[in-house]
Amino acid sequence: MRLGVGTLLRNLAPLVVGVALASILHFWIQPASGAFATKVLVDIGINVILAVSLTLVNGFTGQFSIGHAGFMCVGGYVAAAVTYYGSHRLYGDAFLHGGVLSWTAGQGGVAGPLLAGGDLLFVVACLLGGLAAAVAGYVVGLPSLRLRGDYLAIVTLGFGEIVRVLFQSTQPQLFLAGEIQSQSTWRLGTMLGGALGFTSVPFYSTLFWVYAFVALTLLATYRIKQSGYGRAFLSIREDEVAAEAMGVHTTRLKVRAFVLSSFFAGLAGALFAHSIGSINAGELGFQKSFDVIIMVVLGGMGSISGSTLAAIILTILPEVLRTATEHVNRYLPESYALPDLRMIIYSLALIVMMIVRPQGLFGLHEIWDFRKKARRHEGT
Amino acid sequence: MALLEIRDLDVHYGAIHALQGIALTVAAGQIVTLIGANGAGKSTTLRTISGLRRPTAGTLVFDGQSLVGKPPHEIVRLGIAHAPEGRGIFANFTVAENLEIGAYARHDKAGIAADRERVLTLFPRLRERLQQSAATLSGGEQQMLAIARAVLARPRLLLLDEPSLGLAPQVVQTIFQIIREINAAGTTILLVEQNAHMALQTAHYGYVLEVGRIVMHAPANELERSDEVRRAYLGVA
Repeated sequence: MRLGVGTLLRNLAPLVVGVALASILHFWIQPASGAFATKVLVDIGINVILAVSLTLVNGFTGQFSIGHAGFMCVGGYVAAAVTYYGSHRLYGDAFLHGGVLSWTAGQGGVAGPLLAGGDLLFVVACLLGGLAAAVAGYVVGLPSLRLRGDYLAIVTLGFGEIVRVLFQSTQPQLFLAGEIQSQSTWRLGTMLGGALGFTSVPFYSTLFWVYAFVALTLLATYRIKQSGYGRAFLSIREDEVAAEAMGVHTTRLKVRAFVLSSFFAGLAGALFAHSIGSINAGELGFQKSFDVIIMVVLGGMGSISGSTLAAIILTILPEVLRTATEHVNRYLPESYALPDLRMIIYSLALIVMMIVRPQGLFGLHEIWDFRKKARRHEGT
Repeated sequence: MALLEIRDLDVHYGAIHALQGIALTVAAGQIVTLIGANGAGKSTTLRTISGLRRPTAGTLVFDGQSLVGKPPHEIVRLGIAHAPEGRGIFANFTVAENLEIGAYARHDKAGIAADRERVLTLFPRLRERLQQSAATLSGGEQQMLAIARAVLARPRLLLLDEPSLGLAPQVVQTIFQIIREINAAGTTILLVEQNAHMALQTAHYGYVLEVGRIVMHAPANELERSDEVRRAYLGVA
């Protein structure tokens, strides 16, 4: 057994590489690429976390959850409230109080130290958002994952809608520093903006933080897939009865996968709220859940690298098509202008993809599996 | 000594009374077979023992412990492994990964490695195909994998459901030879078979199941000689 410093370093190496890449994006790419590209890159990161986390449930264990946006919503609201009200408690306002890592070039202001108190508040808010979503995942998953087949889909669909209605019927958000100071913390937890959504969330989600969390998510899911645990998850997808006959406690493992998946969805929600400065449950309905499912299906059920690639492509594609539509419309008379060509092309691309490659980009495999296979072929 | 003792077992599928008052004893160290036609309830009996089905009435006692109400993952840990009908192998896993999950309930690394070596010696074909995906195996090899995987759970009682199903006669001979070897090494086996001839030649004791009831039971060689069994299951007039 080689336990100790060496093993620890080897296990942490991917995370170090991930943080290094996040730093490169943050310090070099972001200042050069401009606000639009930065926004797309942030969206890609958040969608990668969403798609990879849903892969844990829909891909690994083969269950069909269609309420991912609901967990994202829970995480987003909790994190937004923690940062916003917490910031008021700590600093008397809800501006950025982070260091350089939370500061986007071109926003004005002066760069502070590398890390500051606000960063800690933000990271804690993200983790609390994830934990809240995980708790919600446990409550939803425990009763529904005992059942097989479509029941989970129905329950999760219902859950997403319940979450939406719950957040939309919360009390109005408080904006005056004096009022916020006079309320108890528990009361503040119910003042989440109702139908207007929760706004004025400080913009902590820089490329650095988003991609640091992307690295964490990818590392965690990869390690799970490689472990004996991961094999048990996959065995449930392959043949649930046989898995049970092997001694796999299928319900318990399904609940664990679901809770983990919800945690990362909550994390994505937290990053989302801090990237656009607000969160509104009305915009995170089942349409959003389906966007994530499409990424998982397109990437290949159970493929981490596949869902990652699909999340990247499906985030960029509508943006590329948007520009393309504008170009085409320039040559058409105004009355024949194509208003939303991009969504039509986007849908067509999905249909063609499902006909040409129904198993998804990578099917059940990972991108590194193909290299291994190629090497084996050369060998024989 | 009885390793498994079943009394008055009733199982229903909705309104269908699939098993009606089954009584069955599996003595430690033996191969016991359960023969009967399609739909007689053979697989249901095995599925009830391994906890995949809940009985409506009756007792199942394994080595002094009641199995009634226990979930499958606990029953595996008590020492009962089930190689289900239709093999239930994980098609997208490699052979090695299938074997690995067979030992899922165990944590003794050295013991697992030794048992893995033992089954690979029993089934040399599997050793050749360790890194191949299980979907690419032939029917016989898949059956071998299903048995090998169940053996890796190191069961005291091994439940085999139709190991000869859909296999060429020569492969069937091999499989039954290995079943005897597994038993000789100390594992008690409850074998469900449609191929009554092979089953009775291999087993020590046999039960005949007809539409949910045990209609006969006797030492296997006696059953093989009995007129009813010869007429109904061995195709001898």
